[in-house]
Amino acid sequence: MNAPILPPILNDNPVLDRWVSFPAPGMVTVNTGRVELGQGVLTAMLQVGADELDVDKSRITICSGVTGVTANEGYTAGSHSIQTGAVALRQALADVRSLFLTQAAAIMNCDVAELSIRDGGILRNGASTGQDYWTLAGAIDLSTKATGLGKRKAVADFTSIGHDTPRLDLPAKIFGDAAFIHDMKLPGMVHARVVRQPNRGATIGTVDEAAIQRAAKGPVDFVRTGDFLAIVGNNELSVDLAGAAAVDRVTWNNVETPTPLQQESTWLLQRPSVDKVIGDPEPADPQGRQRFEATFTRGYVAHASISPSCGLALLTDGKMTVWTHCQGVYPLRGALSRMLKMEPSDIIVHHVQGSGCYGHNGADDAAADAAIIAQQMPGTPIRVRWRREEEFVYEPKSPGMVVKVRALIDENGKPSDWTQEIWSGNHNGRPGGGSSLLGEEALPGYVPLPPANEVPEAAGGGATRNGDPLYDIPQKRMIHHKIEEPPVRLSSLRGLGATANGFAMESCIDELAERASMDPVAYRLSIISDPRARGVIEKAAAMANWQPNAPGGEGHGRGFAFARYKNKAAYFACVVELDVEEEITVRHVWCATDAGLVVSPDGALNQIEGGIIQAISWVTKEQVRFDNDAPTGTVSFDWETYPVLKFSEVPEIEMALLNTKDEVPLGVGEVAGGPIAGAIGNAVYHALGARIHHLPLTRDRIMATLLQG
Amino acid sequence: MSQRFDFSVNGKPVSVALDNEATPLLNVLRNELGLMGTRFGCGLEQCGCCMVLIDGEPVKSCNRDVSTLAGKTVTTIEGIGSHERPHPLQQAFLDEQAGQCGYCLAGILISAKALLEKNPSPTRKEIALALDGNICRCGSHNRIMRAVEKAAAVMRAGERA
Repeated sequence: MNAPILPPILNDNPVLDRWVSFPAPGMVTVNTGRVELGQGVLTAMLQVGADELDVDKSRITICSGVTGVTANEGYTAGSHSIQTGAVALRQALADVRSLFLTQAAAIMNCDVAELSIRDGGILRNGASTGQDYWTLAGAIDLSTKATGLGKRKAVADFTSIGHDTPRLDLPAKIFGDAAFIHDMKLPGMVHARVVRQPNRGATIGTVDEAAIQRAAKGPVDFVRTGDFLAIVGNNELSVDLAGAAAVDRVTWNNVETPTPLQQESTWLLQRPSVDKVIGDPEPADPQGRQRFEATFTRGYVAHASISPSCGLALLTDGKMTVWTHCQGVYPLRGALSRMLKMEPSDIIVHHVQGSGCYGHNGADDAAADAAIIAQQMPGTPIRVRWRREEEFVYEPKSPGMVVKVRALIDENGKPSDWTQEIWSGNHNGRPGGGSSLLGEEALPGYVPLPPANEVPEAAGGGATRNGDPLYDIPQKRMIHHKIEEPPVRLSSLRGLGATANGFAMESCIDELAERASMDPVAYRLSIISDPRARGVIEKAAAMANWQPNAPGGEGHGRGFAFARYKNKAAYFACVVELDVEEEITVRHVWCATDAGLVVSPDGALNQIEGGIIQAISWVTKEQVRFDNDAPTGTVSFDWETYPVLKFSEVPEIEMALLNTKDEVPLGVGEVAGGPIAGAIGNAVYHALGARIHHLPLTRDRIMATLLQG
Repeated sequence: MSQRFDFSVNGKPVSVALDNEATPLLNVLRNELGLMGTRFGCGLEQCGCCMVLIDGEPVKSCNRDVSTLAGKTVTTIEGIGSHERPHPLQQAFLDEQAGQCGYCLAGILISAKALLEKNPSPTRKEIALALDGNICRCGSHNRIMRAVEKAAAVMRAGERA
């Protein structure tokens, strides 16, 4: 018999004690490399542990995101935590459970088939045996590797998975406990703020230390290495005041700031790029078919986490300990190792919860700042907290994109050839992906790293994410123009390229439906055979009581859209109803999601709803604005210059989950962005009779469209 | 030269000695009194993470100088309920699982408490407007508003009982 194939994450982290331990009688520690970002993942892992080990949830403590302790699962990102992380954990725990049952059977000289486990106790033919995980633990070596032979529990036997479980982390946040990294205090800790290098290659001119000291209204010190300058002190207010004052009292040479021209993604069309065609060659001749073409853009978008990033670090006895709210403790350790010129084994990185990040925000960089200062101040714990403006200006942005769609339409009005041509900077600016940490660029002797590779197609692509239609189109390709020198630092934001690609693709599908004189829902169903895709499309339409070819206009409209995230995670279809006057007001969203096996239905719905609301905010409001006359060049630096959706602007949202008892879970966290963008665009067209091709759909663009009409 | 400032926090008198009389209340709560539930979000009175009640009124504490607080009563998230004795709002937020990252929640609970004290039967629209000074980036708005409605109902029933 061939050995079973292990889930990929378990194959990479096969030693079982990376996943579970039995530290004291009655207690279980389940380890996960996934980290809590506000998505409830630790609670989901608790549910997995309870089911696969057959122990009560109250016995389980979750240990998450510590280098050298938990599995290296890369980043908690890409909607992978359940689809790949929980699957690995399930198998690891099933293997552990199997080891214990085999040991118990040996002791009792009976067949394993006679044994079962109830709340950690071993039963024989249903009767207690006096043996349990903790009596047997001493005889079992968990430093062995997973075999994949342990039988995972059948879906029908789950008592925890698939049932709502209150979030482990929420009480501390509702009662105001010290729940976040921002609330950590270490003995002897000093506060620090960084005087940010405006751009890579900028060098410090003058530092008016006296003026900064005066502004601090209390003692502060300066830490400088190369062009990395920080202000440290015991009093956080003094450090804050000094940090703010330093923005104007430190001069820089070689400053380059982004321009208003670069703010618009159409600037990318004229830039040098690395080009790639993914798919079939594009036909030179339409061969009698009608040609359709349209161009869409999206501006640069900020993660805009509610709290500025924070990091702590302490260098003692040659070991660097770092506390961070980043998405991947191992990738950060690798990048810190390069930056600090220390061995990875001399660096420990702990995840501590922060505010929601939605991708690669300033978290890694704040941790790096703390580590740089800690290296200069051995023995002193350093706490860096970015300023609000610092987070907005220096967090890596989600790339602006241009997406040009060309389709050839057959005699039945169906697309028979599809080209999705994409211009974008790199969505993979993560430190573990080959990019620098921000503070690293200011250190002495910094040598710029070569441009990092985009997220590979096998991982869902970056700029090309969801650029490949799931519809039944015989010939199709993506043409990817990777812009190597973007105007600002870029990285991953929830969904990556899926938002712009979904906006473009689903807008075009509606255009083709209209050309074919068909209703948008019926048209989609006529060009897609995947039964699960059809399932969510039909369900969303039914939930919204979608009326085929319902007349729109007069500023009120409905729009439909669909996507399967990355073409391999969850399926999602939605109807958006909105009003357009000078601005867009989304009134109602109905959606259906097929994510297969759902560990926590309430958790999944919370994630989907959050994704919908965030996408409405991106599409109707959000664009990072540049002005090279401004000191940092970025004029979106607070909540007034970068507004996001408010409570009074949030629509009613109705959601359904399909196929939740399937064996295979499909990632759900980023499922909404593309379809919501598409459905809003389609609803605006329905309301106005004119299509707006550029995100965000701001008042200026709506007014211009109305005036043209 | 350090000065002493006296006021009340969560029903107890406090007296803090500070060098800078322009120290914001938020810094005093977090760094002098160890009350970490009131969060720093922007320092610009824009996001609402630092909301507290001062004499019952919701106030963003990140720019509120401590020197303005003489004789005033401050209530923070730690003062409205506890794990053992949750405020009806806190219980409703738990029941509705109203939150994702939760960084905004302390400020939102304070704003909601101020609303319900003035208006025990708010409409959804009134709740939304009362919370517009608080930013939630994760998209938990509808759950939060449902929780406020639920808490309001519980509190009204409690009044009648």
